[in-house]
Amino acid sequence: MIPLLSVSDLRVGFGRNPQANEVVRGVSFDLADGETLAIVGESGSGKSVTALSINRLIDFGGGRITGGAMKLKRADSSVFDLITATEPQLTGIRGAEIGMIFQEPMTSLNPVLTIGRQIEESFRLHRELTGRQATAAAKDALDRVRIPDAERLLKYTPNQLSGGMLQRVMIAIALACNPRLLIADEPTTALDVTVQAQIMALLAELKRETGMSMIFITHDIGLVAGIADRVMVMQNGQAVEQGELNQILDNAQQPYTQHLLQDVPHFANGSATRADGQRDTGAAKEPALKVDNLVVRFPLKSSFFSRATGAVHAVDGVDFDLMPGETLAIVGESGSGKSTTARAVLGLVRSTRGSFSVGVRKASAEQSALPVQMVFQNPYASLNPRLSIESILAEPVIATGGRVNAETQARMATLLERVGLPKNSLERYPHEFSGGQRQRLCIARALMLNPSVVVLDEAVSALDVSVQAKVLELLVDLQREFGLAYLFISHDMAVVERIAHRIAVIYAGQIVEIGDATSVLSKPQHSYTKKLIAAVPTIDRRHEHFELDTRQVPSLVRPQGYEPAPARWEQFGADHMARAEV
Amino acid sequence: MRILRAIFSHGSGRIGGIIVSVYLLVAILGMLGLTPHNPITQYRVDRLHAPNGAYWMGTDLFGRDVASRLMAGVGQSFTVAFFSVAFATLAGTVLGLAAAWLGRRWDGVLMRIMDVLLAFPAILLALLIVTVAGPGTWTSVVAIGIVYTPIFTRVVRGPALSLKAREFVDAARTFGSSSSYIVTRHLLLNLVAPLTVQVTLALAWALLTEAGLSFLGLGTQPPAASLGLMLSDSRNLMETAPWLMIFPGLAIMISILGFNLLGDALRDILDPKMRRAPA
Repeated sequence: MIPLLSVSDLRVGFGRNPQANEVVRGVSFDLADGETLAIVGESGSGKSVTALSINRLIDFGGGRITGGAMKLKRADSSVFDLITATEPQLTGIRGAEIGMIFQEPMTSLNPVLTIGRQIEESFRLHRELTGRQATAAAKDALDRVRIPDAERLLKYTPNQLSGGMLQRVMIAIALACNPRLLIADEPTTALDVTVQAQIMALLAELKRETGMSMIFITHDIGLVAGIADRVMVMQNGQAVEQGELNQILDNAQQPYTQHLLQDVPHFANGSATRADGQRDTGAAKEPALKVDNLVVRFPLKSSFFSRATGAVHAVDGVDFDLMPGETLAIVGESGSGKSTTARAVLGLVRSTRGSFSVGVRKASAEQSALPVQMVFQNPYASLNPRLSIESILAEPVIATGGRVNAETQARMATLLERVGLPKNSLERYPHEFSGGQRQRLCIARALMLNPSVVVLDEAVSALDVSVQAKVLELLVDLQREFGLAYLFISHDMAVVERIAHRIAVIYAGQIVEIGDATSVLSKPQHSYTKKLIAAVPTIDRRHEHFELDTRQVPSLVRPQGYEPAPARWEQFGADHMARAEV
Repeated sequence: MRILRAIFSHGSGRIGGIIVSVYLLVAILGMLGLTPHNPITQYRVDRLHAPNGAYWMGTDLFGRDVASRLMAGVGQSFTVAFFSVAFATLAGTVLGLAAAWLGRRWDGVLMRIMDVLLAFPAILLALLIVTVAGPGTWTSVVAIGIVYTPIFTRVVRGPALSLKAREFVDAARTFGSSSSYIVTRHLLLNLVAPLTVQVTLALAWALLTEAGLSFLGLGTQPPAASLGLMLSDSRNLMETAPWLMIFPGLAIMISILGFNLLGDALRDILDPKMRRAPA
């Protein structure tokens, strides 16, 4: 039998001399009808370039196919050569035979056209439907991706919809003409974990319904278990290993695949939490950071002159304390208020109410001028590209009125060495470092002032999975060495499991569950925590059915003067409590 | 220097760079008085000579050497252009940074004032200011400076607003960095590239505006030479002594071409997207 798609020895290069700058170097695979191939790899491995080569979109991205063969079996069983195809031929193939969805649903849709118009376009192009017929077809397409109230939604523009909804719309567009092959390029990376689970479930269901084949590209090997039949692992433009799903996950042959499976944080339901640092809240010990009833509200005004009509309750009465040497992870989805909490602690946003107290770590001259420091999410945006590393590291010292003297120089050198960067880094500039190295620089900068608390706001989220693991290790080591307390903000349960002693789950601006990490992860009590944990992809959940849940996060906009009802807490175990649900 | 090498390996940058360098040399010679003849001495016997060996670009109605006057004029025009652009850059940068950093009402008020200034055509606004303050070299400098300030304010404010929202500025706040430190180190330092391009292009406009003012008799006052003034004097003799018009006209045209080519080249060179990715 002829496979639906057959790729052999595919080579793709970029730039003036594509042969010399090959990004994909000889990739071969076959894809049968109805089969799902997952391509797994880290950034720069060539996985996206491979996918974009299949429908020849790579031509628009400056890439050139320098060698190999790609054959697509068309609906009438004729074989179509994708390499020699002309652009007009390819236009007929794209959308009709090969559909594609991208990583960022927010930017893949035209912001000024309605959702309806954009879905109809596909029907107009490939099916020559017009007017009512096209609108009806668009509504059907939305129904198919299980969007409630599809008719009304057709009139919306993209900014009125959430990321998850937009990704459904993108899937609806990609599937509009019943393509026999769907290419999904990291379709859930930009989405929250519960939304990711919904999209994955939807894709699996649609695949069953239509019998289409799929190429699913991801950096997260945990995701493939639920959807793939076959897996191809890519590194440096080459397929290091490919085979059946179970064979790859259970019996990986190549060291790189084994590394991806083992060294990378995978969620393990609380069994991989840290064993060190038992919480000791004896009277003698003072917390490194105590947050009491923190409230952050942003007033809403309809115009410059009118009075506020309501407020966004971003953080609504959050309290916790953080002991020296302890990591408290705040987990929640985007818009839950976890970053706002962190920013309020740092004073980057003004809190409406509430108090913090920062404990004294060492009663000596070593006491830092600013005991709370922060590491940001994006290591590319948090370092000024025009300053040398020396100036960047010196900034906290200068800012607090210090002078750059021999002592500062010595501290810079020690910290650089401690975070694992070469000695000659000081004269260099941020662009000379990789993402992981930059994040190490950010950590070194945060430690310059000898803080007692470090706030890590999604500090490893922007990094590749294997780099993530190394930075987490470094953080744990530094915590032990300097007795640091971490406030670790994250949406990634697998990462949280590796670093947290305690976990606070935040939902709609309020903590709904807080306690010992092992206890919270293994015995979640609040329904939201349960939902969050159930949504985490793991390599153990193969082809598991996930219930579609289209509940939306409640609006955080409240009328003027609204106060939330006081929380009632239920205690589960020594250090584990959850908010009582109504 | 790296940037000079980059300019000279850039096609239009090389041409623009050479033109501007030649003009700078001429301007310096003109200002130092190192001209073939004295630009204001009237050689009465040699009135309205066509270009020849003694007077390379001929002489004018009063028997003054056109080549020498041209050199002095370039010096004069460049002086006015440089000082006025320096004024505009300084004022525009300060105002733009203030608008972006202080935000809210400051931003609103400052930018509306700039909008009002921008609403007038450049030469008209300069005329207005000079008419009120009286003609002269230094009033032209201030007038031209004020005219181009709003453009610099806008060029600075936009990127400054986006830089202000970047994480490294947030990071600086968490160390307790002072506003002045953040503004100079994190905002201004990242604005050097767009400002450099803008300065080069503004020099071309300023030259043209200065020529316009002098042409109308409101800039440089006779007997001192300036390119606009020379053009103005040549109007009535266009047919009998075309060289009186051709040389200053060409001088203005080529200088503006030079600055524009240089500005385009700088924009390409300093654009981080055009730079090759670090290895």
